Amino acid sequence: MSAQTLHFVPSADFHARARAALDDPKLRQSFRGAMDFLQGKRSAQFPDANELEQLRDLGEAVRKHALAHLPDLLVQLERKLTEAGVQVHWAEDAEEANRIIFGIAQENKARRIIKGKSMASEEIELNHYLAERGVACMESDMGEYIVQMAGEKPSHIVMPAIHKTRADIGELFEQNIPDTPYTEDVDTLIQTGRRALRQAFVDADIGLSGVNFAAADTGTLWLVENEGNGRLSTTVPDIHIAIMGMEKVVAKLEHIVPLASLLTRSATGQAITTYFNLISGPRRPGEKDGPRQLHLVLLDNGRSQAYADEQLRATLQCIRCGACMNHCPVYTRVGGHAYGTTYPGPIGKIISPHLLGLEETADLATASSLCGACAEVCPVRIPIPQLLVRLRGEANRNPDEEVVHPLRGQGAKYSRGERLVWRFWSGAFASPAAYRTFRWAATRLRALAPKQQMGWTDHREPLQPAARSLADLLKARGQPE
Amino acid sequence: MSGPGPRERMLGRLRVASLNAAAVKTLPLLDHHIDVHFARRRPQSAATADPVAAMQTALTASHATVWCATCDEWPAQLAQKLSEANIRHLLLDSARAEAAALKPALPAQLKTLDFDRPLEEWKSELFSGVDAGFTVARSGIAATGTLILAPDAGTPRTVSLVPPLHIALVYASTLHADLHAAVHAERWAEGMPSNLVLVSGPSKTSDIQQTLAYGAHGPRWLWVIIVDDLAGGMR
Repeated sequence: MSAQTLHFVPSADFHARARAALDDPKLRQSFRGAMDFLQGKRSAQFPDANELEQLRDLGEAVRKHALAHLPDLLVQLERKLTEAGVQVHWAEDAEEANRIIFGIAQENKARRIIKGKSMASEEIELNHYLAERGVACMESDMGEYIVQMAGEKPSHIVMPAIHKTRADIGELFEQNIPDTPYTEDVDTLIQTGRRALRQAFVDADIGLSGVNFAAADTGTLWLVENEGNGRLSTTVPDIHIAIMGMEKVVAKLEHIVPLASLLTRSATGQAITTYFNLISGPRRPGEKDGPRQLHLVLLDNGRSQAYADEQLRATLQCIRCGACMNHCPVYTRVGGHAYGTTYPGPIGKIISPHLLGLEETADLATASSLCGACAEVCPVRIPIPQLLVRLRGEANRNPDEEVVHPLRGQGAKYSRGERLVWRFWSGAFASPAAYRTFRWAATRLRALAPKQQMGWTDHREPLQPAARSLADLLKARGQPE
Repeated sequence: MSGPGPRERMLGRLRVASLNAAAVKTLPLLDHHIDVHFARRRPQSAATADPVAAMQTALTASHATVWCATCDEWPAQLAQKLSEANIRHLLLDSARAEAAALKPALPAQLKTLDFDRPLEEWKSELFSGVDAGFTVARSGIAATGTLILAPDAGTPRTVSLVPPLHIALVYASTLHADLHAAVHAERWAEGMPSNLVLVSGPSKTSDIQQTLAYGAHGPRWLWVIIVDDLAGGMR
């Protein structure tokens, strides 16, 4: 499998971007307000704690069942879709997925693609790949349209333009959409976006969408949205291409019912979204609209790495609701762009190492207080803090160490010096005699403690051993150690 | 000779991964737990006690205009509203019994259109020249105020999507308590149409500073007529 990583924002510069975000009070205010809003909306949707816990149990069980049978379910999904006239493609990495989609465009002489919301397409950086080859991709989700116009990536997986104020968007529209006066009136801005995109739906050769869930038993692609742009993108153009991470399949259509309820309530605090669009094939004989060609691209792009390890496999239970980021104290303060990855926040920290490798993402797992809020709200019970600890360990593992399931970039943060310090530390604590010697030396030589202690002293006083150890104090009081 | 393709390599990687099957529920057990969860909650639900009222409440909360009517009343009521809203072009499937009931009541200035050509033959006209589309829902979901639409040759997918006003008629007798009940009662697993759409309000977005705005891309207005056919109406 190719290890090529595509990105127009380098994901490795997390520290610098986080610092810049923390220095931007407007951004912090935007995120604080948005997260409070979304937390409140979610909370109002789950007034009955018992129901929530039962539903989470079901959600977790459905996802675990699907993952346990993933290869068989993918084959079943492919068979059902193929019977219905859908062309199924398998893509091992971003490059291959892009090549497949570009190939479909070339074969059909397509130049214009209108897109519904798709994080998988963000993940493979499809827009940039196609633009370089003369195929224009236009985002039609209002938030995605705004961030595309700004030349940015989404900063949230459910609300892509959450970092922008209405004033920012007013200016963007004034500068980029002809004959558009500046306004901060949201209704006017939305109608401006609608007018600008209306013709794009008519003119597009291809509509591209993501997939929220796929049912293997009926061969149904289940798409969730509020705006109608997803329905337009998958209905009006003559060709529809859907792209989905290969983990999104479940065994049965009815298994999606609890997942859909968890998704909409956790993500935006809605009992249901305006549209559930269930697609089970292209236009059939006699039908007068809908795409004549329907393609599904099944994407691996590092997912099989997470799948191979029983603990890390839980990462793939994710239904992309974004609740973990809405409740994360780190995400709330630095915002989505600081991560530099397609999926920010807690879920981004555990999925991105598989998509991009630990070389690019080793710092992300450390950007957590391990407070556990993400796991507490996760509708499918992904043990995110445990996975973060595991990934921290993998990033610090000796790159030459042989393990059963090696991760791409294993040992990206490995430091021989740090390893030596820990070895000394554990040796000193394992032997009473060595510990006493170390304690004696540390208290007597405390004046030699360094004044600069790496990241610790950036914001705190240097650490210095006490003049007398606890053991010495106890001894002085006649108490045993 | 070339090696295995991406499909085989992807499936191969998944197949070699060890499975802890003991930690996973069997399919019958999982199905049972899902059924029990929804069945247990249903008797206490307002959607079960009075599905019409629940449907109306949920749709109203979603910013739809909803009213209940008898089988005899609704055509005149709808015609009146269309006239007040100054609707000029209405997409309507003439072959349906509901169209036959509605047409005589419609105001003279309103022109009805059949979706009698493939979309690509009149795409621009549909996008710019049609004010409203009329659909008859296959059924409804009371708990969430959801219309279940199964587009067909007479009423294709875009009827409920492209015109700025979507008018849906749903019969009270078709209302299910919740989505789980609908999936089971209608036996979705036995065969799905090429497209099934669940609509729960007009098109909307909160993408600009979490401020709710309607008519983002799809219909800005949704009118729903819940027709009381439980006492033996036109169906």
